[in-house]
Amino acid sequence: MDARARRTLAILALLAVACSLPFMLTNFRLFQFTQVYVYAIAILGLNMLTGYNGQFSLGHGAFYAIGAYVSAIMMDKWNVHYAWTIPVAGVLCLIVGFLFGLPALRLEGLYLALATFSLALAVPQILKYFEHWTGGSQGLVLSKPTAPFGLPLNPDQWLYFLTLGVLIVLFWLGANLLRGRVGRAIVAIRDNHIAAEAMGVNTSLYKSLVFGVSAAYTGVAGALSASVVAYVAPDSFDAFLSVTLLIGSVIGGLASISGAVLGAMFIQFIPNWAQDISKAAPWAIFGVFLIVFMYVMPFGIAGAIRLLWIRMQRSRVALSPKPRETAAT
Amino acid sequence: MDIFVQQVVSGLATGSIYASVALALVMIYQATDVVNFGQGSMAMFATYICWAMLNAGMPYWGAFVATLVIAFVGGVAVERIVLRPVENAPILSIVIVTLGLFVIFTSIAGWIWTYVQKPFPSPFPSKPLKVGNIFFGAHDVGQIGVTLIVLVCIYLFFRFTPLGLAMRAAAHNPVSSRLCGIRVGWMLALGWGLASVFGAVAGMLVAPVLTLDPNMMGGVQLYAFAAATLGGFTSPGGVVLGGFIVGIVENLVGTYVSFIGTELKLTVALAMIIVVLLVKPTGLFGTTIVKRV
Repeated sequence: MDARARRTLAILALLAVACSLPFMLTNFRLFQFTQVYVYAIAILGLNMLTGYNGQFSLGHGAFYAIGAYVSAIMMDKWNVHYAWTIPVAGVLCLIVGFLFGLPALRLEGLYLALATFSLALAVPQILKYFEHWTGGSQGLVLSKPTAPFGLPLNPDQWLYFLTLGVLIVLFWLGANLLRGRVGRAIVAIRDNHIAAEAMGVNTSLYKSLVFGVSAAYTGVAGALSASVVAYVAPDSFDAFLSVTLLIGSVIGGLASISGAVLGAMFIQFIPNWAQDISKAAPWAIFGVFLIVFMYVMPFGIAGAIRLLWIRMQRSRVALSPKPRETAAT
Repeated sequence: MDIFVQQVVSGLATGSIYASVALALVMIYQATDVVNFGQGSMAMFATYICWAMLNAGMPYWGAFVATLVIAFVGGVAVERIVLRPVENAPILSIVIVTLGLFVIFTSIAGWIWTYVQKPFPSPFPSKPLKVGNIFFGAHDVGQIGVTLIVLVCIYLFFRFTPLGLAMRAAAHNPVSSRLCGIRVGWMLALGWGLASVFGAVAGMLVAPVLTLDPNMMGGVQLYAFAAATLGGFTSPGGVVLGGFIVGIVENLVGTYVSFIGTELKLTVALAMIIVVLLVKPTGLFGTTIVKRV
């Protein structure tokens, strides 16, 4: 069996597990897994920008907030069906992200981090300012969508499948984008932008496009979260959300697609777990987890798995009588 | 006009706090390319230690100096124990470790001393100083004075002592300095210790104004980050000036532009900084680092 077939099998097995979860877990646990998928989409967006393209962003919470509010306002004020609000949020965030990416071209590293971070700080304030649309600090209360076509699913189960579906589509699109010609250009810009430019890559266009696509992913995640949580308020989109997304993408593994899901699991479950260990200082436990993870796996969970895999392959090659080609990843 | 001068002076006072923390950030950044997100919470923790000593009946300046010593040792210990093992990890992984420091210090402070705000004494008289018919808060003036003394000391240390020179060399070119016999690892640890001392000074000076609680330094650290970026992460002098500029701008914007008030103050200050950065991407006094490709 070659590597490609093995990978397809692994993905199918994971999907089978994912599809059976709604019938085995309580609604609350299921809600948590839905959140994991929402975070995973947002983190994949951030990962494209930071991991693959090398542009630091501490402000993706802002795009998440824009996505969530676009969806919530459309549902609350204009009674638009929730399914339509998700692509609209994505497209709007694509435009906002692209436009923000244009001035960001001049900034690098820390300076870009500061610029994006101030975006994250500004958004909750601005949301409170336009009270007429956003409901001010009270936020907007929405209703959970019910399953269409008379499917025998309760709202939580339906939302789970909806999020999973969006996740699969976006991950498939993202993987194809990053694997092809465009993906190589994006990575080339990260590794050496001068060389990339000499090879004919339009670095400014690509950089701002990646910013846009990354924002679109995060915006779609935000729009989904509005339906999943059925409530939006400015204070749930504070700067801490942006930092959490960054933590998720680094812990999961930068420049890795599966890392996005692993990182999302970390930021969803580890804080709860820390709470179980110590009621008095849960965040101290969380901090210890962060540090320990970085000690043990400096390249994130996905990076550690990859290293382990390569090591296993190598030992197998060494053991087998005739050397065979190691699988290209 | 009187109000304007008063606001500028109190802007300078807050600016001096930003400048100290920004300088701490820059010291660590120059040596390791890492922004220490834990800087503010380490400073807050040191301030709590000072508070505990004052509560136990120590005189103010005694507790002040003792805290500085503890902060120094603590900073060195953090570098040796927590940062040393991830030395060779990617930059962003190290940044995540400093985020870990941030949540740990904040959470432990909340656990030991609770999240209730605590008043912190000021060593300066509460009676305002009067010059002409303008009043200055004595604490503001004292704050500026203490910060300037610290800055002069640190300048003299780096400019005129062999140890200062060794530290600069280690930050500038680790490989060559190691060949010259400088223990680069320990120089980094010393840098962390000194940065932690700056943070502690800032924390103890700002605590009487903000009142002490575990999240006290959050806003300060943010402004300090902005100040450092504005001044240019490559220029310590520029960073100090950046701190003062951010302090003054923040105060004037909050006073004179009515629709902004205190709510949008932070946003506006940051927006202005970004505008500056778009015109001059390396910060006001930063130099472009020429890289070989």
